[in-house]
Amino acid sequence: MTNALIRLPRSVKKGEVFEVKTLIQHPMETGFRAGTNGTTIPRDIIEEMICTYNGVEIFRMKLSSAIAANPYVSFHTVATESGTLYFRWTGDNGFKVEETARITVA
Amino acid sequence: MDQALTRRRFLARSGAGAAGAALVSLMPFAPAEAAPDDLARAIKEVVGSARLNTGKVTLDIAPLVENGNTVPMKVMVESPMTAKDHVKAIHVFNEKNPQPYVLNATLGPRAGRAAIATHIKLRESQKIVAVAEFSDGTFWTAGADVIVTIAACVEDLLQ
Amino acid sequence: MKRLLGALLLLAAQASAEIPEAERRSGYHDMSPSVQAMQDDDMANPAMLWVLDGEKFWNQRQGAANESCADCHGEAARMAGVAARYPAFATDANAPVNLDQRINLCRTEQQKAPAFEYESRELLSLNALVSMQSREQQIAPPSDPRLLPFTQAGAEAFNRRQGQLNLSCAQCHEDNRGRKLAGATIPQAHPTGYPIYRLEWQSLGSLQRRLRNCLIGMRAEPYAYGAPEYVALELYLMKRAAGMPFEAPGVRP
Repeated sequence: MTNALIRLPRSVKKGEVFEVKTLIQHPMETGFRAGTNGTTIPRDIIEEMICTYNGVEIFRMKLSSAIAANPYVSFHTVATESGTLYFRWTGDNGFKVEETARITVA
Repeated sequence: MDQALTRRRFLARSGAGAAGAALVSLMPFAPAEAAPDDLARAIKEVVGSARLNTGKVTLDIAPLVENGNTVPMKVMVESPMTAKDHVKAIHVFNEKNPQPYVLNATLGPRAGRAAIATHIKLRESQKIVAVAEFSDGTFWTAGADVIVTIAACVEDLLQ
Repeated sequence: MKRLLGALLLLAAQASAEIPEAERRSGYHDMSPSVQAMQDDDMANPAMLWVLDGEKFWNQRQGAANESCADCHGEAARMAGVAARYPAFATDANAPVNLDQRINLCRTEQQKAPAFEYESRELLSLNALVSMQSREQQIAPPSDPRLLPFTQAGAEAFNRRQGQLNLSCAQCHEDNRGRKLAGATIPQAHPTGYPIYRLEWQSLGSLQRRLRNCLIGMRAEPYAYGAPEYVALELYLMKRAAGMPFEAPGVRP
């Protein structure tokens, strides 16, 4: 079970821009490091993160080996209506984590 | 033999040893490195024949970082973020990691504000470049030079 | 003259004085603002991923006794102040134990489950959860007289030259505190933020893991995790930092 943390404001006004902060547990092994016996440790990274807001994509990010372990990503979006933000992280070795968070628009 | 001098020499040598340890701990990143040419080529792939303008983009990253493993970075772009006039994408590149790419974020008017933040890895001291792609087809950029020092008393790799 | 110089050097080594209370500072203040900000924001501090696991393990029934931490202790919030006073003397072990060892004693004695490995995700997570409850509290080592000989042993170890570089902890962290070792500022070695997310490790780790890194830096042979020598050092470091605010889980370079 992979841990992911998402933080949204508790409630926002319609039309207000708010910050979405995310943190997910992942080694982000670059694929360029040598292991103890000198052989390269295979790459194991999250390649993509997407976020939808009531089904509409609002953010997408391609990650590379240059993103730090346990990736932290923050972005912004406009509060349109109350509903669900859906997050999906996908990567090497079939990595796929989905998470949702509720947003209340006053 | 002079005790003090011996000790001083020894400490000097141990200083060299510490520098050696720093090199070893950097080694795992790679045999390869992205040459400045790779950086230019990677930017060219995104920008194409369009002009790369300086401005509108703020790249917020510390000029001196204590450890390249996790370096906080923010990119903010001036834009009204309307349907007609918004930032479509933010691209970040580096000069000396094994690959020139850092990230590529796709945004739109729903973002409200073109500002992202993340933690990146820097193999060594180098230049970072952020490029914003606007809905009108223009490209704007900002760069930053980051000096990466190394933590003292790192652990042995073989564990 | 040479002999005099040698004697002076010896004096200098012995004179390594304790840090005056007003000059004590957490390693937090030696970090760049961007790394400080990472510790200050629970959403940017990767250690919180371990705390999240800790909450899960806290409530999981374990072992032959089929008991969870919560079954005995209630909510994790009730552990406020605990990490700020460890290591403490454990009557069931007849020795001082650090928080990791206390957790493992609970595992083996109460839950009847096998002890967690040192630096395992489980142990670090539970430690992080418990330690976080003491945030902002003052470090308050117990005045238990049974601890005295161990704290004294820790003080001696702190001031003893060791390793191929023939250095003591005090030479770096007291005599040369605030100066540079390569590009890094030498901190005062106050264990205010453990377990820490060390950027170097790209992971959470214990104070013993950090002490191990120091010993490797001095080219001294590290002890095995859980060794009494480490616990003695931890006792002394906590005494040295008594009254300083606890800030776990910290972020350090």
